[in-house]
Amino acid sequence: MSEPILSIRDLRARVGGRDVLDGLTLEVGAGEVHAIMGPNGSGKSTLAYVLAGRPGYEVTGGTVSYRGRNLLELEPEERARAGLFLGFQYPVEIPGVNNVYLLKAALNAARKHQGLPEVDAFEFLALVREKMKLMQMDEAFLSRGVNEGFSGGEKKRNEILQMLVLEPTLALLDETDSGLDIDALKVVARGVNTLRSGARAIVLVTHYQRLLDYIVPDHVHVLARGRILRSGNRDLALELEQRGYDWITGAAA
Amino acid sequence: MTETAEIEKLVGRGYKHGFVTDIESDSLPPGLDEDVVRAISRIKGEPAFLTEWRLKAFRHWQTMVEPNWAHLRAHPVDFQSISYYSAPKARADAPKSLEDVDPKLLATYEKLGVPLHERARLAGVAVDAVFDSVSVATTFKGRLEKAGVVFCSFSEAVRKHPALIEKYLGTVVPPADNYFACLNSAVFSDGSFVYIPPGVRCPMELSTYFRINATNTGQFERTLIIAAPGSHVSYLEGCTAPMRDENQLHAAVVELIAEDDAQIKYSTVQNWYPGDENGIGGIYNFVTKRGDCRGRNSKISWTQVETGSAITWKYPSCVLRGEGSIGEFYSVATATNLQQADTGTKMIHIGANTRSTIVSKGISAGRGQNAYRGLVKMLPSAHGARNFTQCDSLLMGPRCGAHTFPYVEVKNPTATVEHEASTSKISEDQLFYCLQRGISEEDAINMIVSGFCKSVFKELPMEFAVEAQNLLAVSLEGAVG
Repeated sequence: MSEPILSIRDLRARVGGRDVLDGLTLEVGAGEVHAIMGPNGSGKSTLAYVLAGRPGYEVTGGTVSYRGRNLLELEPEERARAGLFLGFQYPVEIPGVNNVYLLKAALNAARKHQGLPEVDAFEFLALVREKMKLMQMDEAFLSRGVNEGFSGGEKKRNEILQMLVLEPTLALLDETDSGLDIDALKVVARGVNTLRSGARAIVLVTHYQRLLDYIVPDHVHVLARGRILRSGNRDLALELEQRGYDWITGAAA
Repeated sequence: MTETAEIEKLVGRGYKHGFVTDIESDSLPPGLDEDVVRAISRIKGEPAFLTEWRLKAFRHWQTMVEPNWAHLRAHPVDFQSISYYSAPKARADAPKSLEDVDPKLLATYEKLGVPLHERARLAGVAVDAVFDSVSVATTFKGRLEKAGVVFCSFSEAVRKHPALIEKYLGTVVPPADNYFACLNSAVFSDGSFVYIPPGVRCPMELSTYFRINATNTGQFERTLIIAAPGSHVSYLEGCTAPMRDENQLHAAVVELIAEDDAQIKYSTVQNWYPGDENGIGGIYNFVTKRGDCRGRNSKISWTQVETGSAITWKYPSCVLRGEGSIGEFYSVATATNLQQADTGTKMIHIGANTRSTIVSKGISAGRGQNAYRGLVKMLPSAHGARNFTQCDSLLMGPRCGAHTFPYVEVKNPTATVEHEASTSKISEDQLFYCLQRGISEEDAINMIVSGFCKSVFKELPMEFAVEAQNLLAVSLEGAVG
């Protein structure tokens, strides 16, 4: 079996003086889509932030290996350049900075890391336009400030657009479905699905089964009290929708 | 790394323009009295009216007291220790072309990146370079002359256009206006003069590069720009100064006059030496800039990017006299290390239906203190006048400060004044978002700060907007929110 893209062993992490992850173990192989579900406050977003290296999220134990490297010793920007992408639950606004400018800087940072020259301006625009079309985004988005005045749905689409342009090896999507109506959800799902390939992996963090109708996962995990309490296939998500989380969290107590 | 430690990295950055050119200077010995004022006037071969004008200003200045109302801490200036005139040693005759100019001087401009040579024509920039007190070379005169535009050193204008000087000098900033303007009126050495004839659109951006070189010389430029009815001009000044331990004084006066339907756009990129990380040395930049919208529907627009100087104390202002005239002020001011900036504008609405816009962006880092001070005054005659003011402050680090002092006086009930203000920090969320996209912290901060300043940068002539952005990046190197 080939080496997994992401291998988390017994991960413990603390945020604001509180232990949030408590011995989490998870393995994500190339080509796989994993869904992590769980009740509020179970540590789903914390997991995403810890993997992305957000300051203030302190790792107190365990290991994380990403493509054979110790992920935890990399700076957040190094993780990003190495192909780790986090789609934020609440993308921040950066007034006055063009979307297209940020996107180009991000792509060039990754290219530089790979020893490639800066992207040609025309090729870049062509690439972005193609991806925008897929995401059904208006051209005017490009010249607007990063997420400036965007609706919740627009922000989420913008996250996926960035992901499609950056083509990450590992995409962590933190509640990308929240705040989306059904049409927007389909667009976002289509975007994510185009990224599926044997060389990549996707981890979806979500509350609801609904997203998984459109992005069908290979594995579903229930995260509660800081660790994975149960793993299964797609049927687990359907079962969760019917029965809630209590039967799992309660059974483990 | 802690926030404070990050900011300490600021300390590490060098001042890029801190070299000294070794040229023999003709200087007056330090000190100031009536004889010095006369000597300056004599050296420059000025007509009697100007000598008298200077002396009158000097006598008035002696009765004045140095102001201390600004939100600044400054060492008192010893006016007797300053040399009031410094010129690169003259050759047998003054330079007639670039070939005649001291090569060392040209090399200095080279380092500063002033496009003095003919290649500058491509950039469409005409430069009147002021080296200490004397203009050494003026380019593109021919093309400007053809359009009827006068663009020369102030001294040359005194010789060639004395009538214009006598008519307009001191009509916007009277000698007795304030302490530093009064001192300037007595001892000003050189500067730039621009006259745009009626109906003429100046065919290129005009630009002056000021540079303080000799030690212990205060610099007292005088700039006068006259836009006749229906004319247009865009003018840019850029400023740098070498590194020195003592504080140097820069007390310039800029007067703008816009007649009916005339437009003047005046942009400044100021990068004087700010002093070191302990606040030693650096320029005291005490400048009086004022524009007079004399004519109907005239417009004066100030844009400034102030990254340098130990202390910046200036309020480019507009007197909106003509009916329907427009005044604008767009400013980015940074204060890092121990820099202090007290800057803003005054918009004096006199005419009916006059309009003014103020956009001020203050950035504070290190232990820098940044104050916006602005006055919007609507006189009883200003029917239907409108002002919009927006003041935003960005704080980087825990030890800096931002202060806003807006003054509003409205004496006409039909006038409208709007004021918006905000203070923000570069948020961790913004920074992390950029990092997560693979962008380095340095680039992320520059990006966020540039975004913050965007509404001002877009007012700069395009070729200088890039320069201003780079300058800002250099001056905030290592700072983090």
